Amino acid sequence: MDEAMTGMNEEVGLSFGADDSEPLGQTPGSASGAETPAKFVSRGVDVFYGAKQALFSIDIDIMPNEVTALIGPSGCGKSTFLRCLNRMNDIIDGCRFSGSIVLDGEDIYARAIDVVHLRARVGMVFQKPNPFPKSVYENVAYGPRIHGLASSTADMDEVVRTSLERAGLWEEVKDRLHEPGTGLSGGQQQRLCIARAIAVEPEVILMDEPCSALDPIATARIEELIDELRTNYTIVIVTHNVQQAARVSQRTAFFHLGKLIEFGDTDQIFTNPRAERTRDYITGRFG
Amino acid sequence: MRETQHIVKSYDEELQSISTRIIEMGGLVEAQLADAIEAVVKRNAQLGAQTDQRDSQVDAMEREIDEAVVRLLARRQPMADDLRQVLAALKIVGILERCGDYAAHVGKRAVMLAQDRETPGIAVIGRMGKMVRDLIGDVLGAYARRDPELALSVWRRDQDLDQLYASFFRELLTAMAEDPKNINACMHLLFIAKNIERVGDFATNIAENVHFLVLGVLPAGKRPKAAKGDYSFEQ
Repeated sequence: MDEAMTGMNEEVGLSFGADDSEPLGQTPGSASGAETPAKFVSRGVDVFYGAKQALFSIDIDIMPNEVTALIGPSGCGKSTFLRCLNRMNDIIDGCRFSGSIVLDGEDIYARAIDVVHLRARVGMVFQKPNPFPKSVYENVAYGPRIHGLASSTADMDEVVRTSLERAGLWEEVKDRLHEPGTGLSGGQQQRLCIARAIAVEPEVILMDEPCSALDPIATARIEELIDELRTNYTIVIVTHNVQQAARVSQRTAFFHLGKLIEFGDTDQIFTNPRAERTRDYITGRFG
Repeated sequence: MRETQHIVKSYDEELQSISTRIIEMGGLVEAQLADAIEAVVKRNAQLGAQTDQRDSQVDAMEREIDEAVVRLLARRQPMADDLRQVLAALKIVGILERCGDYAAHVGKRAVMLAQDRETPGIAVIGRMGKMVRDLIGDVLGAYARRDPELALSVWRRDQDLDQLYASFFRELLTAMAEDPKNINACMHLLFIAKNIERVGDFATNIAENVHFLVLGVLPAGKRPKAAKGDYSFEQ
């Protein structure tokens, strides 16, 4: 019976009413306080992988110095959308983008955009900690070096130190800066990757499931760090863990089947979601 | 009730079981209240004493449901309507327990009243009792069926009980002024009426929780209440 019902819902998607045409919640542009301009403005974003459409006309405003969480079941398009924000999808064969994403007034898909520079402004932290097979110091120094952000050794030492401090890792690694980064624990490695992302002075940090390979304590450390980083950076995080989205974010976007179903204040989404599908997903009724 | 179920079936069972036990507890409180009022009206000391004793059963249910709620919060981290359901459960159980306390107080006074002289006006307690039982019955129905409209109707109807209480209050003052020998019994009746009136208020609190549970918001605006001047002796 359940499965039959589910099948029906998928087919007659219209039974969800407004869900299918317009996402519920905050309309883009109306996001809290008209006086603060959005960091990212996404309009009509469609993404195709070959013939398959992965995203359907996504409109979202991402506000500065906030944590925006993207949630939804596997294959809903949340990671695809995240990767649009620093054009990581460019490197995937057969991936086609249309629509616009504007970062501080500048269309990041414009021809004149230097993608390397964009990715320095919009850093990324991945699901599995992936430090380079080099020392802790070199992991952090690599980015600033290729972007020419430090002119002397003393400068570089300073960049490495502040980055590690901001990532909450300095105290734990200051005496082993020249040991391999891969020798750290999983949680430390992830904070090292965050330090590496911070070192090139980004404005935005994208995080794709940053805690899914970590134990609860390491997860708590990263979550605490995310909250601290928000003062200086705009953060967009993809997570499968709805409780984590509720804990760390100020705004939450729920994706389903490539569409944005609902976008709103995290407090509202998790206490009184407007769309039935959002509710079913976050309460564990999906399917 | 939602047709869609949780992927984890035992989660559904736990939520359902909390709901069921609240309805049971509500039924117990309803019966306790009915008996207490009957004990007053029929001057039945024995029945009054029984309702007082039955209160420990209600208290035990409160503890049991509270524990189930704490366990569920710790283990399931409910979200959205589940979260509201659990929060409402926690509050409603607390309110029901206090309704039980008031019913027990009424029962206690029924025992004392049965030994006192007969006073006019005892029939008003019967009428107030009928009203409050309707309010409690309806609000429990609203909870069981997740019916915010019925909850709102309880929320609005409580003012009738308030009005009846206010006029009974004046009636008792008059009776006491006429004959000081009435004072003892009238004071008991006054407290009983006050307790019943409070239970009516609790019914509106439960109604608010039901409204919040279903719709995610409290009822809009201020609850209609009887005018203040109703309590003065002169009027």
